Amino acid sequence: MRIECPICGSRDRREFYYRGDAIALARPAPDAGDDVWDAYLHLRDNPAGETRDLWQHEGGCGAWLVVTRDTVTHAVHAVELASDVKRAMA
Amino acid sequence: MVELKAQTPFGELLPLHIGDMTVAARDLGQLTVLGVFDRAGLSKALEAAHGVALPEPLQSTAEGDAQCLWFGREEALLVGPTPDEALAKHAALVDVSDGWAVAELQGPGAEDVLARLAPVDLRDSVFEPGDILRSQLRDMPASITRTETGFLLLVYRSMAATLVQELRRAMEAVASRR
Repeated sequence: MRIECPICGSRDRREFYYRGDAIALARPAPDAGDDVWDAYLHLRDNPAGETRDLWQHEGGCGAWLVVTRDTVTHAVHAVELASDVKRAMA
Repeated sequence: MVELKAQTPFGELLPLHIGDMTVAARDLGQLTVLGVFDRAGLSKALEAAHGVALPEPLQSTAEGDAQCLWFGREEALLVGPTPDEALAKHAALVDVSDGWAVAELQGPGAEDVLARLAPVDLRDSVFEPGDILRSQLRDMPASITRTETGFLLLVYRSMAATLVQELRRAMEAVASRR
């Protein structure tokens, strides 16, 4: 598997560290309530299909990335800088 | 009075000659990490003080004794001079001169040696003199630059001996097949 880092270009999977669902970029407000926080911390979908995950290019430039990929075909559809994604959410 | 003698991080392990390839320690002078928070301002200040521009990703710049290496996202490494105070307005400056071990790999088999250690394409058709990248040599985080004469390899100082061991093994394998 190869990931197209927006800064470094196409790199081998072993340079990257996997964090988990990109939901981590959408942290709820401190007073959002127990249910919202419970879902944010613990409840994850496990889709056979498209997922959005946080990866870090640890062995390269160090950038955090949002990788959209398919768990069935292993195709990587999109790679964006997490900082750009976060800015777009604001 | 005890006479203290400066040693490279590699001690007696380098230089290493195997086949027609060599690895030698390099003393580049002061190494300063620039944690960039104002790209345009820092590039101007760098040019004014040291004559080098802030490099684009995967590039390096050089002027006289000063070199500036791209070192990661919003990071550069100033090599050689003591950084001018004016730079501190545009970047966090950290002296890491003793934190990194620097070696240069030379010889006709150098590309083949690195092909055994790094998961990136370093052939001269895609990686030219002055080009730089951050990757891994086996499990070691490394900075790799192609110079006019070979490859400049930077790893954490604590991994200097491991770097020599990995290079030795790869150089022996490459030399035995030539």
